[in-house]
Amino acid sequence: MKLPRWFHRLGSPPYVYGLATRLRPWLGWCALVLIVAGAYGGLVLAPPDYQQGDSFRIIYIHVPSAYLGMMAYVILAVSAGIGFVWRMKLAHAVAVAAAPIGASFNFLALVTGAIWGKPTWGTFWQWGDPRIMFELLSLFLYLGYLALRAAFEERDKADRVSAVLAVVGVVNIPIIHFSVIWWNSLHQGPTLLKLGAPSITMNMLIPLLIMIVGFTVCFTWLLLQRLQAEIIEREQDTRWIRQLAGEAAS
Amino acid sequence: MTQFLQMGGYAAYVWSAYGITLLVFILNIWSARRLKAHKLEQVRRSMEAEQPRRRATVRQLQ
Repeated sequence: MKLPRWFHRLGSPPYVYGLATRLRPWLGWCALVLIVAGAYGGLVLAPPDYQQGDSFRIIYIHVPSAYLGMMAYVILAVSAGIGFVWRMKLAHAVAVAAAPIGASFNFLALVTGAIWGKPTWGTFWQWGDPRIMFELLSLFLYLGYLALRAAFEERDKADRVSAVLAVVGVVNIPIIHFSVIWWNSLHQGPTLLKLGAPSITMNMLIPLLIMIVGFTVCFTWLLLQRLQAEIIEREQDTRWIRQLAGEAAS
Repeated sequence: MTQFLQMGGYAAYVWSAYGITLLVFILNIWSARRLKAHKLEQVRRSMEAEQPRRRATVRQLQ
């Protein structure tokens, strides 16, 4: 099978760096507009929940953060896996760029969940709640990935060893998703990703969807900037990076 | 407006959650920016270290 040309180009650091430079302003502004619109819809337009009152509005940051915490891990694991199998340096660079951002969203999901849990379940934290525990494990996987990389002086070795951890850890992602079905949990069952219609009214649902898209665009924006930093580091001895650094100085 | 800020008595929960989210976003934006600037600076410094300025060479000769 012949792969299309744009696919080959995605393996070229200068091409990807330039693409990121062109995409980043668009992504940044789109993210800002979407998140502001979603927050307005969620905080102002959506009606209070008939059981939870206004505390349910935390959903508009909790769900997108949790979703991205998982999504970023999948991106990390898939890129690290591709880097491991095909020895693609750029794939490892994507994995490294995704890790700190994913960890921050994962952290946010845990914190906003704790704040929401207090008025709703009567507790900030429940040791043994399956979803909370696997979400915490996910944060440790991110931190473990970064710590493991830091333990190696040689970048190639760090890439290969950390990729193994990343790929093995991806098992945790479906466990987080299905934990509310498999075990008794304080968390409610799935609202959006299930067979049949989502169990949430439209004026509550639309801001949530806008927020999920906004968070994802913002993640991509941040990812591209960190990827550029990673490319600079990995390609520092090449002529094009030196030229770039010289231009940036003047 | 006050009613909006009170969040039906859940102000402490809702606003602290949104505040922390905003803080994490700001930190993410700031750290990504700083990381890229820092890497470029490193390349620049290593380039300067390889090519010492002409004035420095003259001083060495004297």
